[in-house]
Order: sequence, then C-alpha cells, then structure tokens
Amino acid sequence: MNGNIALWLVQDGVTNGAIYALLALALLLVFAVTRIIFVPQGDFISYAGLTLGTLQLGQVPGTVYLLAGGGAIVALIEATAALRAGKSAHLPRIAVVQLGVPLAIAALAAWAAPRQIGPALQLALTLAIVVPLGPMLYRIAYRPLANASVLVLFIASMAAHYVLTGLGLVIFGGEGLRSNAISDAKFDVGVLHVGAQSLWVVGSSLVCMTALWLFFERSLYGKALRATAINRIGARLVGIPTALAGRLAFVLAAAIGALSGILISPITTIYYDTGLMIGLKGFVGAILGGMASYPLAALGALGVGLLESFASFWASSLKETIVFTFIIPVLLWRSLVSRHPVVEDEEE
Amino acid sequence: MSRSQRVAAACLLALVAAPLVLPEFYVTLLDYIGLATLVVLGLVVMTGVAGIVSFGQQAFVGIAAYTTAGLTTLAGWSPWGGLAASLACVAACALLIGLVTLRLSGHYLSIATIAWGIAIYYLFGNLPQLGQYSGIDNLPAVTIPGFAFDTGRKSYVLIWAITAAALLAARNLLESRTGRAIRALRFRSVMAESCGVDTSALKLVIFVYAALLAGIAGWLHAHYLRFVSPHAFGVNAGIDYLFMAVIGGASQVWGAVVGAGIMTVLKEWLKDILPKLFQHTGNYETIVFGALMLLLLHRTRDGLAPAFARWLPPRAAGELPREAPAPPRRERPAAGTPLLQVQGLAKRFGGLVAVKDLSFSLGAGEILGLIGPNGAGKSTVFNLVSGTLAADGGSVHLLGERIDGLPSRAIARRGLARTFQHVNLVSHMSVLDNVALGAHLRGNKGSAAAMLRADRDEEARLLAEAARQIERVGLAEHTLAAAGSLPLGQQRVVEIARALAADPVLLLLDEPAAGLRYGEKRALADLLRRLRAEGLTILLVEHDMEFVMGLVDRLVVMDFGEKLAQGLPLEIQRDPAVIEAYLGGME
Amino acid sequence: MRSIRLAIVAAAAALCAASAQAEITIGVSLGTTGPGASLGVPYKNALQLVPKTLGGEPVRYIVLDDESKPDGAAKNARKFVSEDKVDALMGSTGVPSASAMAQVAAEFRTPLIALTPLPPLAPDRHHWTFVVPQPTELMMSAVAQHMKGKGVKTVAFIGFSDSWGDLVYNAITSLATDNGYKVVTNERYGRADTSVTGQVLKVISTTPDAVVVGGSGSPAATPQIALVEQGYKGPIYHNHGTVNLPFIQTAKKAAEGAIAPTGALIVAEDLPASFPTKAVSLDFVKRYEAAFGAGSRNGFSGYTYDGVLLLDAAAAVALKKAKPGTPEFREALRDALESLKNIIGTHGVYNMTPANHNGEDERARVLVQVVNGEWRLLK
Repeated sequence: MNGNIALWLVQDGVTNGAIYALLALALLLVFAVTRIIFVPQGDFISYAGLTLGTLQLGQVPGTVYLLAGGGAIVALIEATAALRAGKSAHLPRIAVVQLGVPLAIAALAAWAAPRQIGPALQLALTLAIVVPLGPMLYRIAYRPLANASVLVLFIASMAAHYVLTGLGLVIFGGEGLRSNAISDAKFDVGVLHVGAQSLWVVGSSLVCMTALWLFFERSLYGKALRATAINRIGARLVGIPTALAGRLAFVLAAAIGALSGILISPITTIYYDTGLMIGLKGFVGAILGGMASYPLAALGALGVGLLESFASFWASSLKETIVFTFIIPVLLWRSLVSRHPVVEDEEE
Repeated sequence: MSRSQRVAAACLLALVAAPLVLPEFYVTLLDYIGLATLVVLGLVVMTGVAGIVSFGQQAFVGIAAYTTAGLTTLAGWSPWGGLAASLACVAACALLIGLVTLRLSGHYLSIATIAWGIAIYYLFGNLPQLGQYSGIDNLPAVTIPGFAFDTGRKSYVLIWAITAAALLAARNLLESRTGRAIRALRFRSVMAESCGVDTSALKLVIFVYAALLAGIAGWLHAHYLRFVSPHAFGVNAGIDYLFMAVIGGASQVWGAVVGAGIMTVLKEWLKDILPKLFQHTGNYETIVFGALMLLLLHRTRDGLAPAFARWLPPRAAGELPREAPAPPRRERPAAGTPLLQVQGLAKRFGGLVAVKDLSFSLGAGEILGLIGPNGAGKSTVFNLVSGTLAADGGSVHLLGERIDGLPSRAIARRGLARTFQHVNLVSHMSVLDNVALGAHLRGNKGSAAAMLRADRDEEARLLAEAARQIERVGLAEHTLAAAGSLPLGQQRVVEIARALAADPVLLLLDEPAAGLRYGEKRALADLLRRLRAEGLTILLVEHDMEFVMGLVDRLVVMDFGEKLAQGLPLEIQRDPAVIEAYLGGME
Repeated sequence: MRSIRLAIVAAAAALCAASAQAEITIGVSLGTTGPGASLGVPYKNALQLVPKTLGGEPVRYIVLDDESKPDGAAKNARKFVSEDKVDALMGSTGVPSASAMAQVAAEFRTPLIALTPLPPLAPDRHHWTFVVPQPTELMMSAVAQHMKGKGVKTVAFIGFSDSWGDLVYNAITSLATDNGYKVVTNERYGRADTSVTGQVLKVISTTPDAVVVGGSGSPAATPQIALVEQGYKGPIYHNHGTVNLPFIQTAKKAAEGAIAPTGALIVAEDLPASFPTKAVSLDFVKRYEAAFGAGSRNGFSGYTYDGVLLLDAAAAVALKKAKPGTPEFREALRDALESLKNIIGTHGVYNMTPANHNGEDERARVLVQVVNGEWRLLK
C-alpha cells in the first residue's frame, strides 16, 4: 500500500459511495414519507441498467411488458374501487392515465428500439419506462397496507423484492450487460485516471442530494410529506393528500434508482440481481443517518464505499463480512445516541 | 375424548404412519418440513409472540451445521458430541449477538439481523478449513446403539421426534408464567416491567431459545444431508423462514408446522407445474410466492393458522383453575407508618416542565387522591413513582427505602402495583392470564421448568390466586373471556385485579372509575374501602369528584406540575385557589 | 390442518404421474435460476439438440431447476431416483450441487453424469459418478505450459469467491512447481460485485508476469476490464468457463488478447482436419448456432451433449443385459459407462477406466485467444 494505491482506492470508494449515497437518500425519502423500508430500491437499478443496455443493443427491453402489465393491473384496481364507490365518472380518466400512458410509452419503446436513436433519447426512454413502475408498485403492493406497522411493511417489501427479482430474471435472463459510457473521456489528475463517467456519478449524486435536502428541509411541500409519515390521520386532517404523498415518494425513489442504474451501467456489469447488494449497502448508509438525516446518510454511504474499497484490497474474500459486520456497532451507537421514550407499536 | 383431543390423536397417527406408508419423495419432503418447522417455531415465539423480527435465523442453522460438520469429519467426533458442541457454539453466538442487537428497537433490529446473516454467510464461504464454497462432505449419519439414521425414512423418525418434542415444549412454555410474560412483551412491555418482568433479560432468553432451535435444525440438517455448504444459509433462506412464519400465523405454535408445510409443498408443486406452463426459463416460484405473500398480508396479518382453526372444532374455552392454596402473602405495615414519601420531584420533557418540585407523603392504610386539571402532571407523577420514567430531580422513598432511579420491576418487587391511564392489557389473552401476570413476582419457575411441565403446582397456585382477585373485583363471570372483549370500564377493573394479584403494599390507581356506570362505581368504591380496611394503601388519580370526595382520606391537588394544595376533602373543596383552577369558580 | 396438507401433497402426486416403463428416463438437475443462471441456460439448451433415443431406445429427459443450490440439487436428485425411477442422473451446474447429487447417486445406486468438474470423491461416490468436463488441472495445464514457454515466473490469481474460484486456484497452484512459476496472490471477488478495483490494485502492486482469472461467463469480464484500465500490460489468462460470447460482449475492447483453454468445439472451424473431434464439434456447433443464434456457442452445452453421447454408447451395451427402470439396468449402465473406449465427443475423446471416470486427455483442450472480438485458436 503506497500513496498512489491509497488514492486510487479512495477514488474507487468515492465513486461507489456516491451511488450508495443516492440510494441511501432514496431509502430515507421513502421511509420518511411512507414508513416503508424500501428493499426493492435495488431492483430499479437493475431494471434501468438492463433496459438501457438492451436499448443500446437495438432490442426492445422486456420492461415494457412490465410497464404495460402493471398499468393494466393498476387500472383494474382503480376502476374496481371507483365502481364500488359509485364514481363511475372517473373511469375514463383512470383508463387514460393508468392504462393509456404506460401503453403509449411501451409502444414508443417498441417502435424506437430497433432504430438507432441517440444516447440522450435512449436515456430518456429508459427513464420513461422504469420510473412509472415505482408508483405502480406502490399502488399494487403497498397502498392496501397503508396503516400497517413498519414491520409488516418491511415484510411486504421483501415479498415485493422477490417478485421484482423473479420478474427481472424472466425478462432479462441470467446474463449481464454493460452500456456505453456517456463519455469515454479520461482525465489525469496527478496519478489518478479519472473517467468522465465517475465524474458524472459523483456530480449527479451531489446535485440530487442538495435538491432533496432543500426540498425536505426548506419547502412546505417537503414538510407536508414528512408530516404524513409521522401521523397519517393528522396530516389528512390538516389537508395533506396522503395517498398523493406516497405516490410522489415512490416516483422520486424510482427516479433515483433508475438514475443510479443508468450512471453505473457503463462502469459495472449489471445482472438481474445486482441491485440487491447495492441497495443493501445504500441501506447501511441510510441507517447511519438514523433513517432521518440526509447529510449523515450521505456521509455514511460514502464511508461504506471507502470501507468496501479498502477491504477489497486487504482482504477481498472477506469484504462483505467486513462491511456488514460494520453496520452492527454503528446501529448500536445510533440506538444509544438517540434516546427516545419507549414508543410501542399499536396492537392490531 | 374431547374433539380437540381426537384431532390431536389423528395428527399424531398421521405423523407416525407417514414414513411407513408414503413414497420416498414425500418422506423427503416431510423431512425438510420438519427441519424448517424447528427454525420457524423459534421465529413464531420470537417474532410472532414477542415481536422481535429476525431475518437472520439461518445463520444459527449454519453455525450449528458447520460446527458439527467440522468436528465429525476433521476431528472424528460422534454426531452426538457434535450436537453438544453445536448447541454450545450457537448459544454463545446468540448471547453475543443478542446482547448487542436486542437493544435496538423495531426495524433497526430486523436490519441488524439481515446484516449479521450476510456477514456470517460470507464468513462460512471463506474459511478454508470449512471447505470454503464447496462445503464439507461425507458427514456421518447419527447413530444410536444398533441403529443408524442413514436413510430418509429413518431420519424422519429422528427429525420428527425432535420437532414434535420442540412443539410440545413451546406450547408448554407459552402456557406458563414465563409464557404470559412473553406474550406481553410485544405491545405491553411497559406494563410487563411494572409487573416485575425483566423484559430485556426475557428477550435475550427468547432470542437464545430461538437460536438453539435453529441450531438443532442445523445439526439435523447436516447429518441428514451428510453435506454442508454455505448456500443453504444465505439471506434468502432467512427470508423464506420468515415467510413461513407469516404464512402459518406467526403467533400460533402450530402455525410453524402449517407455514413450513404449506411453503415447502407449494414450492415443489410450483416447480413441477410452472415450467410446463411457461416454456421460458425463470424463477417463477419466487414471483408466485412474493405475490402470494403480498396477498396474504393484504387480507390478513394473522396468517393462515387462525383461518384453519375456524374449520376445526372450537377449542374448549379452557377450564377454570382448580382450588389451590394462596401463594405466601406480604406483611402489611401497621396503619399510619410512613409508606411513601415524595420530595421535590421534578421532570422535564425538553423545554416542557411536567412536574416541578412536588412533595407529598402517604401513610400506610390511607387513601390519597391526586386531582387536578388535565395536563397537570398527575400521570407523570405516577410514572415517576412507579419507575416507568426517570426523574430529573427530587426523591421518592417507599417504606424508608429510596426507590427513585430504580427500574419499575425493582419497585414492583418492593410492593408497588399500579394501573395505567390508558388500559394496558394484553387484548388477546384471557382475563385470567392478564391478572395472573400481575402475580408474576410471586412465582419463580422459569422457562425450562415450564417446558418440562415441572411448574404445574406453582401455576395452579398462581391461577387460583388470579381467579380469587377477579372474583374480588366482581368480574368472575368474565374470567376466561379475552381481555380485549370487555367494555373499557371493565378492562380498567381487570387492571385493578392484576395489581391486587401482586399482593402489593401500595396501589397506584390511574383513573380507575373512568368508563364505569354508576352502580359499578359504587361497587368499586366499596372494594377500595374494603382494601383499605385490610391494610392496603392507595394512591388514586380521578376526575369524578363525587367518587373521590366520598372515598379518600386526603387530597393533593396539582396544577401545571406543581402542588396547588393538600388536605382533607372538605378543606380542598373550600380552597379558593383550587376552586379557581379546577373545581369551578363563581361566574 | 395436517390432513389438508396431506391432501395437497396427494394432489401434487397425482400431477406428477409416473411414466411408461419402456423408455429410458434421465433426470437432469440444472441451475437455470439463481447466481449460476448464465451457465444453466446453455447447459439446458443442448438438450434440445440431443438424439431422441439412447442405445436405440426412446429416452425421456426430466429437467428440474435447482436454483444453483446444492439443497435443491439434492432434493431434485432424490425426487428423480425415488419418484421418477430414473435410469441415470445428470447435473448440475455448480460444484457443490454436483457433489450433493453424487451422494444421492451413491445412496440409490444410480449412475450420475456430472456436468461440472468435481474434487476427488469418496470411493462409493466415485463408483457411480462420471465427470464429463475436463478436470481443471487438465485445462489449466495448457495455460501453465504456455506460461512456461513464455518464461513467466510470477503469477497473480484473481477469481470468484466460491467453489469455482477454489478449483481454478487449486489447479493453477498445483501446476506451479512443474512449470517454474509462483502464484503470488489469491484475490477473490463476488460474481455480482460492481467493482474489483481494490483487488486489481493489489494484483498490480505485485508486478506479476501474468495474471490468471478464476471467473466464468460475463462476471469474468470485471477483472479483465479493470486490469486493462489500470494499465496492466502483461498476458491475462482465463479458464474454460470464460470462453463464451457474453464475456466478450461485456468486456468489449478490453477483452482483446485474453487467452484461455477450452474444449475444441469453440473453434471447430479453426481445427486441422485431422483433429479427432472436429467432425462432431463442427456438427454440434452449427446446429447450436442455428437454434440459438450466431456466436452463441459455448462449452457448457457441449458438456451436456457429450454426457448424452456417453449415455448413448453405454445404453446400447446395457440394454442387452436388462430393461430400463430396473436396478439391474442401472448397474449395467454404470458398468458400461466405466468400460467406454474412444467415444468422440465435442470436447474430447473419452476413455474410461475404473480409476479415471473422466477419461479425457490433452486432446480435450486447446488454447484460444480473443482476436477482433472473437475466440480464435491460438497457434
């Protein structure tokens, strides 16, 4: 280990850490608004990375079937609910929004894929396909559990993750893909070879973090969303549309997940199950922020990236053990530091 | 034979007949179900009953499996020696992990369990002595003199003998003094502490218990497959076990069998059917399982066992406890002895001063009323005196001994019992069991005695005592009803019975009359007078002035956390400051 | 509750009805899902190209997925032998899974055609197990000889943190003294890892003369890319698990120059006409690519195909002694497998003996190199 190697490891750790930080933010966001521990966050990374890779190969990505299918299911659920509530006037709107839009995007993708559309359009298309999957997942899997305890929601997240990973294997198969970098440029900063892609990763991460922080801390909307998490009924009583809050949180989470997938797919091979481990490490970062504080979560995620980088140099076969064992003393420290009165779950 | 006994006999018959009758593959399936049941049983007790969600049980399965694999192949030990070593190893690891992670609350705990599950998996895969990712091969089969459990059918006997014993032991555990405490852990740990239960220690015990069950399953797994590798002990296995627990109904002991059975059979069935439906390769079982889990969670949080239970004949509601001598009673101090002394008590919540420099005292054999407007700090005072909250200043003495700073279970041991402002009963437990929980400190048989049914005498005494207290408060006809099914006012009376079951010297009652009808209030007042006559001291918070004035010996009035006035009821009624603040001034 | 469970089990039984006894039944367990999925699918694909008969008798293949887990493989194997009464087992795609199947094969006295290399087996398991893939030492010996020829003295190893990585590492280390080099690192990474920078930096810091990668499929591209990006200029050797299209598709330009041993079928066209397996390889590869796309050829499907060829030859002998579905047939099949001589497969020529249940020699491997985005025979 000399100074050069240390620098390279730091660079690697920062790049990975930036992705973990983005994920940590998404996880915090979803938790803060909906009390859901969003395990499937990683699956959105896989979906986006593989969708982009498939588009670049000139093929239609299987995610469009998910989009269309998901839209159909949501439309069905909404329509049934509307009919039961006697609001059949809503049906046309449901058909257009829940069914029409996803089908349109799917059709667009099917038409555009074989044509050599430029990278910017490919990115936009990937986002258009993957991001709507977020609120769809919310509506199908989580909305009926809106008042459940954190633990039940956690188990539901595990179940949703199973479904998404299984679907990922069916759609994309067992092979991995890498996509082309946005830019192949490389800069030499001292001894470091910094790829443009890494700069994109770190830069986007910073921008997202700042934006989210501002949104939640400074804007009324953000505070309203946080209020929903703390007391759903209270929030509704003061006029905050809580279902909308949940949907919005999932749109943002899916967008962040998709963005992360797009950013790392040129520098990593993405498989259908890549997302889980990345998501779990983002998780570690979120935990460090006590599931409440963004700057701490981002720092924690960065720490995880660095720890992983150095661990893979010194003891590569044990690096997962090291990273995940590390989480425990941190959790302990967290729980000792935050002294809150014993709040017991509501008996159901 | 009662119907439920017949059902049990039929199940037992099926269990015994299965290896003789069924084809090999189904015996194999049943073997796997038995192994899973052991782990899920631990989850049922730990997660379903006590509320500690763990995704990491598979790590204990793995630790046991690897310990026995290493010792039997590398060191030539017998599998029975391997069993002892595995269990010792698992217990040690569980103690260590439990001490660290059980302090965490709720979801932090579950996340920690995922973390150490993954950490241990990668550890297994990296130790060269343990065969790394290829695992260890050629394990011997378990033998007893003259017989080797080396085929699927023979292993069935070993696996299900152990599993059946474990199920029975778990049922015994949950129907005992410790079982009552466990059932209160999930939602009512504050109340459990006030009854003398050491909740942290109990959680640790349950955690180690669940780990030991997983360890036994690991040992059986290793000597049944005769081969161990890390793959069986990864995170997905942990998630599967939890799914099984949720499917079966995480709060029922036999839910473990139901969950393990359904999921195993369903997986095999789906593996056969789905590839024929879909020509394409894919992990369809996980998709179907995930979807089924979600559906299950949407429809019911209780899993399938309660649904099945509805098809079976209704369980007999339980029997009334037989007559048994009362457990030893505490000596009551002579009337007038200073019992409780509160001096300069203070409590702050952030910037809010809830209690400020409060002092009063209580003599043995008197009833003191604590009254005041809402938000005056009365319940906070209760919490401070009973040890549920820690004071920021001042002192509390019980019978001359300083008790502030002690945890509530220690104060309970010294003779203080209380009820709560918001009813704190375990709703799905019977009234009898709830009240018996109050008598927790009057027994001492622990989990081991419970599992072996060596606690029946003590249990009879405790239950008889509980029944006596229930009768005393006038709720005898509801003894076996679920506590949550009673109207709120009667639930408050059940809390009083629970407090009485502790044989206290000082009773703290927080708004006992709220929600009672007039006749019930009269009965309650009579009861309290009788208790005073027997030498019990009572500190009472109430809002019903008619109830209070006719009952108490003295009053203390609080307002904004401070003592406003104290004295005889008649004096207080005429005190202008009290009238101004609380009783109603002249318009 | 238990009666309901029994009812479900009985219903499942009804759905898995037993087959007619005249035909030969082969139970195949493969990891087509889970971490080994990218291998499992090619293994399975070959079954669409195999003949419909074994030794002249119609054959039925029952294929089950074991999720790349040894538990799953063991469960499938038990189901095959007890439920389906198979005449032989085939599988699986991972070393622990195949080991688990070997134990079941020995317990139920049914021959197993193992489709991954195995570590040395206990005698009773060895008796019933026949390993199609070339032993890892045999494959890596081609690499070792090449390195010796180039004067390589220090070799750095980076491979999967699983049993495949173990196998390759053990192979390359056991050949070290005979070929005059030392293995200086044992770095590991997970198949799903997104970055191997730390490990690669460690490797480069030892300034090795050559690097050997113990990965397979597209995850083997990760260290390849990282090594090239970090400026490593020396030769990078892989193993036979890497010789397929996904590796090249993932590594793109970075793959150029990578060298690996492989069964000859990968470069069937480049083989000299006198090469013993050329005809069989060429035929198989042409049919495979016709069915699954140009460039989709790989070694894994060849193993399945060769396994079937072995069974075909052995069944012809065994059928003279007993009928399919009987223990006698399984014994006869095993004995016939052990006596096979000069069976020409896609990977090599098989000559079985009681001690050697693989039977391949140096004709079973050639060295190939990535040239212009394709694997070509290294002359």
